[in-house]
Amino acid sequence: MKYKIAKLLVASSLAATLMTSTALAETELRMMWYNDGNEGEVIQKIIDRFEAENPDISVVLDVVPYKSIIESLPIQLAAGEGPDIARVTDLGGLGKYYLDLKPLVEDSAYWEESFGPFLNWLAPDSDQISGFMTQLTVTGPYVNKTLFEQAGVEMPGEGATWDDWATATNAVAKKLDIPIPMAWDRSGHRVAGPAIAMGAKMFNAQGEPALVDDGLKKMSQRLYDWHQDGTMSKELWGSVSGSTYLGANEDFANAQVVMYMSGSWQIPQFADKIGDAFDWWAVPAPCGDAACTGMPGGAALVALKDTEHPKEVAKLMDFLAQEENLAEFYGETLFIPGHLKLATGGVDFATDDPRAKHALETFSGAVPGISPVAFDLQGYKNNRIMFNALISRLNEAIVGELTMDQAYERMEDDVAKQLAEKERN
Amino acid sequence: MAGGKGGSSGVSDRVAAVAAWPVQRIFGLLEYPLAAIQRSVGISRMPWIFLLPNLAFFGIFVVVPLFINFAFSFTGGTELFLGNRVYTGTEQYEFLLDCETFGDPTTCREDRFWKGLYNTAIFIFFQVTFLVLFSLITALILNREIRGRGFFRAVFFFPVLLSPVVVALIWKWVLLRDGILNAFLVSIGLDKILFFVSPEWSMFWAVFVSIWAHMGFYTLILLAGLQAIQPDLYEAAEMDGASKERVFWRITLPLLWPNMLVVIVLALIKGVQIFDEVFVLTGGGPGTATQFIVQYIYNTGFTEQVQNFGLASAASVVLGIILFVLTMTQLAATRARDNG
Repeated sequence: MKYKIAKLLVASSLAATLMTSTALAETELRMMWYNDGNEGEVIQKIIDRFEAENPDISVVLDVVPYKSIIESLPIQLAAGEGPDIARVTDLGGLGKYYLDLKPLVEDSAYWEESFGPFLNWLAPDSDQISGFMTQLTVTGPYVNKTLFEQAGVEMPGEGATWDDWATATNAVAKKLDIPIPMAWDRSGHRVAGPAIAMGAKMFNAQGEPALVDDGLKKMSQRLYDWHQDGTMSKELWGSVSGSTYLGANEDFANAQVVMYMSGSWQIPQFADKIGDAFDWWAVPAPCGDAACTGMPGGAALVALKDTEHPKEVAKLMDFLAQEENLAEFYGETLFIPGHLKLATGGVDFATDDPRAKHALETFSGAVPGISPVAFDLQGYKNNRIMFNALISRLNEAIVGELTMDQAYERMEDDVAKQLAEKERN
Repeated sequence: MAGGKGGSSGVSDRVAAVAAWPVQRIFGLLEYPLAAIQRSVGISRMPWIFLLPNLAFFGIFVVVPLFINFAFSFTGGTELFLGNRVYTGTEQYEFLLDCETFGDPTTCREDRFWKGLYNTAIFIFFQVTFLVLFSLITALILNREIRGRGFFRAVFFFPVLLSPVVVALIWKWVLLRDGILNAFLVSIGLDKILFFVSPEWSMFWAVFVSIWAHMGFYTLILLAGLQAIQPDLYEAAEMDGASKERVFWRITLPLLWPNMLVVIVLALIKGVQIFDEVFVLTGGGPGTATQFIVQYIYNTGFTEQVQNFGLASAASVVLGIILFVLTMTQLAATRARDNG
C-alpha cells in the first residue's frame, strides 16, 4: 500500500512539474549572440526582466564565437535552420533573411524615429523594420600617449594627416625601441575609411561599386610602403591569408604598438585590460587629401523570418528596443548608441575611467564628420565583397606575391566575379 | 606452486565465465531475428546483412554527398538547395582551368586555386618523403631490443592522439615572436626569427608539424610489418655472411613493401587533404604561401560574403580526380614492380 502511494506521489509530482514548465514557457526563442566585451551579461539581465514579465516566453541566449556569426549563420539561414533572432554585423548582406517587424511591433513610428537611418542599413531595398543597432561603431586610431610622453615626441593634433602620424609613431618607436610603430586591424573595413579620406569614391557615377581609384591607390600604396619600411609589422597582416580578420589589440594592450587603428568597440576591452597601466588615447581620424574620416559600422540585433513565433519575437524586440533598456545596455557596455535620442547625450556611461570617457567622446564626436561616401559604403549590402577583395589582394602585394598593379586588377576582378555569382540567383 | 597456479587459473576461469554470461545472453537475443533473416535471404547473402549498417553509413555520409557535390559543381549562384540553384553546365570548371600558362598561377583567372594546387604539391612532396623516411627509421630502431622500447613507442605515438587543432596551437606558441623557440634563440645570442612572416619558414614548419603529428601512426604500421618478418630469414642471412645493408635491401625492404605501400598511399591522401593543422598554424599565410587546396575550397565555399558553393564543388571534384589518379598510378606502379 505504502509502495503504491509513493508511486502515485512521484508520478503526480512529475506530471505537475512537466505541466507547470510547459504552462510557464510555452514558447522558446533562440537568440544567437557574440561578445566583444560584457554585452552578453548585460543583455541577459534585460532578457531576465522580459521573461519575468512574460512567463509564457523563454529566451535562450546562444553565445557563439564571432566567426560563427560570419561563417555559420548564413548557411543556417540559407537552410532555414537559423535562430529566431541574431546579432549580426553583415547588416545588409543578410537582409533577405530578416523578418519585417513593421506590422508586428506596437509602435512602428517609435522604431522609425529612434533608429531611422540605421534601418536602411539593414534593409537597403525596402522600408521594413528588421531590428536595431546594438552598437554604432566608428573606426579610428588609439595611441599609447604614455609612450609619446616618455619619448618626448609631440602627438600630432587635430587635422594631422596619416603621414604625420607615421612620422611621429616611428620617432616614438625608435626612441623607446618599441617593435611596432603602427598596427591596423587586418580588415578591409578598417582600410576603407582612410582610403575615403584620401579621396576614394567606392562607387561610380551609376552607383555601382568601383573599388579601385586614385584615392584607394594612394592609401594602399602607403600601407604597402609602411609594411616595407617597418612602420607596420608584416607579422600581423602578412602572417595569414585571404580575408582573415586579425586584430592587434593584444599587442597594443601589451604596449608593443604606438598607434593602433581599430575602432570604438575596443573601448570596454581596453578599459578592462589596460585600465590605468598606460594612457590609451583615442584620437580623431587622421586626414587625407579629401577628408578626415573613419568608417561607420556596428552590430545589429535582427529578427529572422524563418521564426515560428513572429509575434513573440516582435514582443521581445519591442521590449529590448525600449529607450530605458537600451540606455542601460549602451551605458553598461560602453557602446556608442545606435538610438538617435540616446546618441545625443541620453546615456550615462558606467565608467569612471577618464581614458574610456575620452575615447567615447572622441568616437561619438567623429560621427558628424564621417564622409557621406563612408555611410553609402556601409549601407551597401555587398560591401563585404569589396572589403574582402581589398584586404586579401593588398596583403598579397605586401608579402610580394603580386605587384600593386596586379593587386588592383585582382581586386576589381574579385568584386566583379562575386557580384556576378550573386546575381545568378 | 603448481597448485597455486592451478587455483588462480580456476578463479580467473570462473570470473571469465561470470563476465561472459551477460554477453552470451545479449547475443542470444539476437540469435532468433538473425536466424529468421537467414531463413528468408539464405546463408550466402548473410554477409551483406552484416555489412548493411556500415554500407548504409558509408552511403549516407560519403556516396550521397559525393553525388550532391558533383551536381553542385554544374550550378551557380548562392542558393543552398540544389533545386533552387542555376544550372551553369561546365562553366565552373572552365573558370577554374582558364590559364594562360599553367606553370604560373598569376596568369590563371582563379589564381588562388592554382596556388593552392602548387602549394599542396610542394607540401606532399616534402611531407610524404620525409614522413615515410622518418617513420621507417623510427620503426627500424624501435624494432630492436633497445632499453625503454615500450616507452619510446608510446612517446612517438602520443602526438597521434592529439587533436590537430591542439597540435597546431602548441606549435604556434612555440614559434611565435615571443614563443619558446625565439626565447631560446635570443638566449644563445641570436636574433628572433618571425617564422610566420617568411614563406619558406612557414612551409617548413607546416611540413615539420605535420610529420611530428602523424609519424607515430605510420611508424606503428611499419613496426607491425617488421615484426611479421620471420626471424629465421635474418638468421639464414647472417649464416650466409650477408652485410647489414644487403639484409636491409634484400630482405627487410621487400618484405616490408606491402606495409610501405599502405603508408605511402595513406600519407599521400592525408597530405593532399591537409587543412586543419596548417589553417590554425599559419592561416594559409604569409600571403598564400601555405594556402593549400582544401583551404581554397573552404574559403570559396564558406568564408566569403558570396559563398560560391558551385566553384568550391568543382574544385573538390578536381581534387578528387587528382587523388584518384595518384592512387591508381601508385597501385599500378607497385603491381608492375611485383610482377616484374
